[in-house]
Amino acid sequence: MSTQQEQPQEPESQEAPEDPEMRGTESPQQERLKEKEQGLAQEEAVDESDLEGETVHLKVFRYDPEVEGKQEPRFDDFYVPFEKGMTVLDAVMYARDEFDSSLTFRHSCRQAVCGSDAFFVNGKQQLGCKTQISELKQPVRIEPLPHQEVVKDLVVDMDHFYDQMHAVEPYFQQEELPDGDLEEQRQSRENREKVKMSTRCIWCAACMSSCNIAAGDNEYLGPAAINKAYRFAMDEREDEEIKEHRLRIVEQEHGVWRCQTQFSCTEVCPKDIPLTEHIQELKREAVKKNLKFW
Amino acid sequence: MYEHDVIVVGAGGAGLRAAIAAHEAGADTAIVSKLHPVRSHTGAAEGGINAALREGDDWELHAYDTMKGSDYLADAPAAETLAQDAPEETIQLEHWGMPFSREDDGRVSQRPFGGLSFPRTTYAGAETGHHLLHVMYEQVVKRGIQVYDEWYVMNLVTDDAADPNDRECHGVVAYDVQSGNVEGFKANGGVILATGGPGQAFDHTTNAVSCTGDGHAMAYRAGAPLEDMEFIQFHPTSLPSTGVLISEGVRGEGGILYNAKGERFMFEYGYANNSGELASRDVVARAELTEVNEGRGVNDEYVHLDMRHLGEERILDRLENILHLAEDFEGVDGLVEPMPVKPGQHYAMGGIDVDENGQTCINGLYAAGESACVSVHGGNRLGGNALPELIVFGKRAGRHAAGDDLGTAEIETGYGPDVEDETETELPVQPGSAGLDTAGGVAADGSGVATETDGLIERAVEAERTRVDHLMDKDDGVQHAQIRAKLQKAMTDYVNVFRTDEGIRKALRVIRECREEYQDVYVDDPSRTFNTDLQQTYETRNLIDVAETIALGALVRNEFRGAHWRQENQERDDENWLKHTLISWEDGDPNIFYRPVILEGEKTYEPKVRSY
Repeated sequence: MSTQQEQPQEPESQEAPEDPEMRGTESPQQERLKEKEQGLAQEEAVDESDLEGETVHLKVFRYDPEVEGKQEPRFDDFYVPFEKGMTVLDAVMYARDEFDSSLTFRHSCRQAVCGSDAFFVNGKQQLGCKTQISELKQPVRIEPLPHQEVVKDLVVDMDHFYDQMHAVEPYFQQEELPDGDLEEQRQSRENREKVKMSTRCIWCAACMSSCNIAAGDNEYLGPAAINKAYRFAMDEREDEEIKEHRLRIVEQEHGVWRCQTQFSCTEVCPKDIPLTEHIQELKREAVKKNLKFW
Repeated sequence: MYEHDVIVVGAGGAGLRAAIAAHEAGADTAIVSKLHPVRSHTGAAEGGINAALREGDDWELHAYDTMKGSDYLADAPAAETLAQDAPEETIQLEHWGMPFSREDDGRVSQRPFGGLSFPRTTYAGAETGHHLLHVMYEQVVKRGIQVYDEWYVMNLVTDDAADPNDRECHGVVAYDVQSGNVEGFKANGGVILATGGPGQAFDHTTNAVSCTGDGHAMAYRAGAPLEDMEFIQFHPTSLPSTGVLISEGVRGEGGILYNAKGERFMFEYGYANNSGELASRDVVARAELTEVNEGRGVNDEYVHLDMRHLGEERILDRLENILHLAEDFEGVDGLVEPMPVKPGQHYAMGGIDVDENGQTCINGLYAAGESACVSVHGGNRLGGNALPELIVFGKRAGRHAAGDDLGTAEIETGYGPDVEDETETELPVQPGSAGLDTAGGVAADGSGVATETDGLIERAVEAERTRVDHLMDKDDGVQHAQIRAKLQKAMTDYVNVFRTDEGIRKALRVIRECREEYQDVYVDDPSRTFNTDLQQTYETRNLIDVAETIALGALVRNEFRGAHWRQENQERDDENWLKHTLISWEDGDPNIFYRPVILEGEKTYEPKVRSY
């Protein structure tokens, strides 16, 4: 069962995807802040001071296969007192602790590193803990990630996502290591910088959920897994041979060539990883290596 | 019933490292964790890994810094093992592909951290823990080690020998969160608890919602003592509104603390004339609160941490993650304004009483990482010493549980001939569960006389099934969230950075009330599917037991050492207190006793005045 519903508001038409080579001239911080400003404009954010002392209206998706009354998916309304700095996660925790202890969602670190709480908030995949209530239109509609089986309320089955992550051999494979237990492999600062963004993935599955291709092709590796492959394929500490092996994995029928550069994964990534660019780069590498073309 | 040689509970840094080591030693190993491994709170560690890797540094300096930082309450064999093994284990991570920050020559970078005599903190940006966690999970995947993720461990299975030193641990009882099925897990070699910290006993904490001290409480109730629980580290730089951590790396790179008057108080008020912002964490945390208490705090609540002068390039290179955290969780741009910070509960130096091989006094029961107390950190943990502890002692526990010979441990565990009973302090209320049925409608632990292992496990599974049925069948009463909030508030109000006899007594009374209320607890969610209400109800019970040991330790230790400050005696008292506090459950009637600290290992560590 999926909860993909008609989106309450269409996202602004994206800018046409630029040549990926042309992007990235600004620091990630600047880019992120800029995107955030744009996001604010889109949402017609409410001024925080207007919300002081107010309640926030949440519409939360509910479903439980074994509880009568919840077997048919429905939305429950919760009215939560607003506090400055309140996030979507804070709001659903309040609703659970004060109103309905059966309200179910994953969460742990509260600081955007455990990747547990990606939800579909007002029609966009976002981490609950990283999304300010004051930046959202009300009522705030909170649903589980689309295109994944719902286990209960906001909890989705992650097994397929994990399977895809594991399918790219997501571990360092370098047999030849420097002699001596205390001798490290050398890596240039440039190379570390090159893989840096790709290593930030927190496995939240927001990207996979946002991807139309993944929705239509269950075998598609998906942006997160391909990014994981990129993280190793671009790491100069691994041999060329392994790199070629990795490229073979991602250029298979359900790999990089499925990507149609819609940028939806890049758009929703809470860690600002340039996923689409990474996929594009792997395509180019595969062509360079003369690997089979699907 | 599931069966393995070694069962590791928890899948953060210590658990994953233990599992890899046990697997490499030839044991059939499984990990049982309430979270999928990559969700573990190790991922939130920012600063780095202390390891003496470079010329001019050596393990002896690292051990010396650790002993001094501990305020001479770490055991020398533990601190020395940490310092000796950290370099090899850190390079092991590099060989597994960890993306460390690099120098121009391609070697891994190191930076200064508080309390260190050499810049030996190896790091990967300001997200070292994230990379460490993912790299180790990758290695678990590579080896095909079985992971039961989103399985919540409810209890340990031990026999009921009268003396905990004669007991043996045979496995665990856990339930599959997704289906609600309660099952037994038999461990032929050993059970390793790597369940992390108990930060949720406090309400302003850098710890995850999952850090509920489950391993602490289960080991405690099974008979393994908890050690030095009063030593709680309050990190000097957490964001005021959420408790989100701002890495010590900011100060390591040169970040400066200012009070509301714009004074660099660490120097101007003489808190640490030599090290300033890079004094040990307990020193900086007390300095900040003193500034606030004396009216020099910003908005009477916090101080400012300024890193603007480091320049955008350096910040983006080494501390970029900090910009995101400050922006997302406090709405502050660290490039253009100082960041508000205040002390927040961060780390428990104490934990399950183990030796340097990770073993408790119960045969076959191990602990590693923050849930354990070897003791490496004593009265205060140095920044950058938690991550090496995970990998060094996680590995040792894994190997030992798998049957590798690591030699005889020098550190003693459990109640034995070398201990001294606590006799002086009168307690304000009866601690423990004596006279109360906190088990949620089930007879006290350890009932039955079965000796056969499978029978023991089946009985333990039945006990947990009965407990679950009771909690779910009950239609009204108190909900765990109410009890948990009350407990957290009392701990933050009374067992915080500055502690008084009177305050701690108040906390103990509230904890007792929480225990009494817990007798009437019920789970409202009627579903067996992904019932987080049930899981949190279990966790809250664990938090009550753990919070009580923290408060008891704080009450009896009438001195000021490391992170533990007492108003009535604001000096370190080496004559009376060069000893660990231990508390054992004793079937619900807690017993407090002491064991002398070991200040002699390969080197001798004479207690000195700890100034920075």
